[in-house]
Amino acid sequence: MGAAAAKPIESPVEIYDSAKRPSPFIDEFVQLLRYRSLVAELVARDIKTRYKRSVLGVAWTLLNPLATMLVMAFVFQTLFQRTVEHYSVYLLSALLVWQFFSTTTTHAMNQLVWGGALLHRIYLPKSVFAVSAAGTGLVNLLISLIPLGVVMALTGAPLRPAVLLMPLAVLLLAMFSLGLGLLLSTLAVYFVDVLNMYVIVLTMWMYLTPILYPADILPASFQWVLKVNPMYYLVEIFRSPVHAGVGAPLAAWVAAALVAAGSLIVGWWAFTKQADEYAYRV
Amino acid sequence: MNTPTAFDGVVRLEGISVRYTRPTERIETLKEYAIRRLKRGVRFDQFWALRGVSLELGQGESLGVIGPNGAGKTTMLKVIARVLRPTEGRVRVRGNVAPLLEFGAGFHPELTGRENIFLNGALLGFTRREMEAKYGRIVAFSEMAEFIDAPLRTYSSGMVARLGFAVASDVTPDVLLLDEVLAVGDESFRRKSAARMNEFKAQGATLILVTHSMQNVVDMCQRALWLDRGQVRALGPAPEVTAAYVQAAK
Repeated sequence: MGAAAAKPIESPVEIYDSAKRPSPFIDEFVQLLRYRSLVAELVARDIKTRYKRSVLGVAWTLLNPLATMLVMAFVFQTLFQRTVEHYSVYLLSALLVWQFFSTTTTHAMNQLVWGGALLHRIYLPKSVFAVSAAGTGLVNLLISLIPLGVVMALTGAPLRPAVLLMPLAVLLLAMFSLGLGLLLSTLAVYFVDVLNMYVIVLTMWMYLTPILYPADILPASFQWVLKVNPMYYLVEIFRSPVHAGVGAPLAAWVAAALVAAGSLIVGWWAFTKQADEYAYRV
Repeated sequence: MNTPTAFDGVVRLEGISVRYTRPTERIETLKEYAIRRLKRGVRFDQFWALRGVSLELGQGESLGVIGPNGAGKTTMLKVIARVLRPTEGRVRVRGNVAPLLEFGAGFHPELTGRENIFLNGALLGFTRREMEAKYGRIVAFSEMAEFIDAPLRTYSSGMVARLGFAVASDVTPDVLLLDEVLAVGDESFRRKSAARMNEFKAQGATLILVTHSMQNVVDMCQRALWLDRGQVRALGPAPEVTAAYVQAAK
């Protein structure tokens, strides 16, 4: 515990005892709560340093998904505009989900490898890196809702009460991404090429997810590919309220909740099981 | 908290051993690992950095740790600082540990001095509110008020060390771990940091100093611990142990 400088000597002091080993699964969570200021500082650092030396500053967060969307919309609009109403909203909302997912998972890995030097010197709950990566992703996602709103207004896509479901969709998305980020971090500590492999996997994964095309263009024999893809459900529950104006079907919500909880539990378990090992690794 | 054996000291190590396990050939990638695994299995080297080290320190005691490179001195500090969990044995520490292992680790070059102070404080486990209370003192001690809003990349390495030291040492530690830190910075900074060390000692902090300077050990420590290949070679009054060490090195 970080005691203030003026801490009187008589105050109850904490005793660290290596023989008392609480379950890492729970202990890591307790320590993470204690270090919540660090999570906030790391998120602030990531947001600030990303824009410090750039002319447009935070505007990049607005322009980046917008530019990607414009390019893709320009290419695919003619292909899909007859089957998909408000195609730019359809595309942009899913791109925001994907951008959050891909940056959070890769950032979690990078952060832990970056933090490696620190882990040799001071005690830190190791999960702060993955959690702050998700925090940075959430801030960027929030900012990106502005261009989404602008595109909705411009294309005349209606704003319906179903958008109130979006915070829940974002929560499930964050849980899934954090869980996978932790799982990948566990591997990345041991093997440097995990990150490179993952980048390739991400590209394939993105095209297997109905982000820029409607799900029903896949032939019936390929529909199972969607069914086993967690990101299909997570994109759907976020996109449906803004694009279709209604919440996604209950089955999609249940599937999304299951993969989100499963990913977080497995990721947290695998990561904390190895927590003592990281300081031994370079 | 009740402990089976009474613990009224500040630091107690009981039969501490630390074992590093490394693959015999360094395997960096998953691809390599898979290939090796299929071919003939991965072999591991085991290396004991510490072997059966026991030690007890009370409040206000100071200990100098000496020994050749690779003797396990820094590993011992890491065990006390909670960075490494010992492979065997039990370590107990009462109160907060100031991890003065190295200054400026975790600083970001693009952030200003002010932003780095808050980031570094959070890395050391302080909350935002605690750091706000400490901020003025830290800036004053570092003597960097006029550069505090400039990005860290514009600082000299001496300035970075000064800022790092100011953040790390603005605590009232119960246990102070020093790893060759008195060797950084210019003469005036060295004097200033030595003064702060003595201040900590006067407040009753327990000090563990790792150094190659026998003079520092004799000046600052009551007792000395001589480590050799992870094992305790001698533990006793500082002048005697350092003399024996110097004698053996000849």
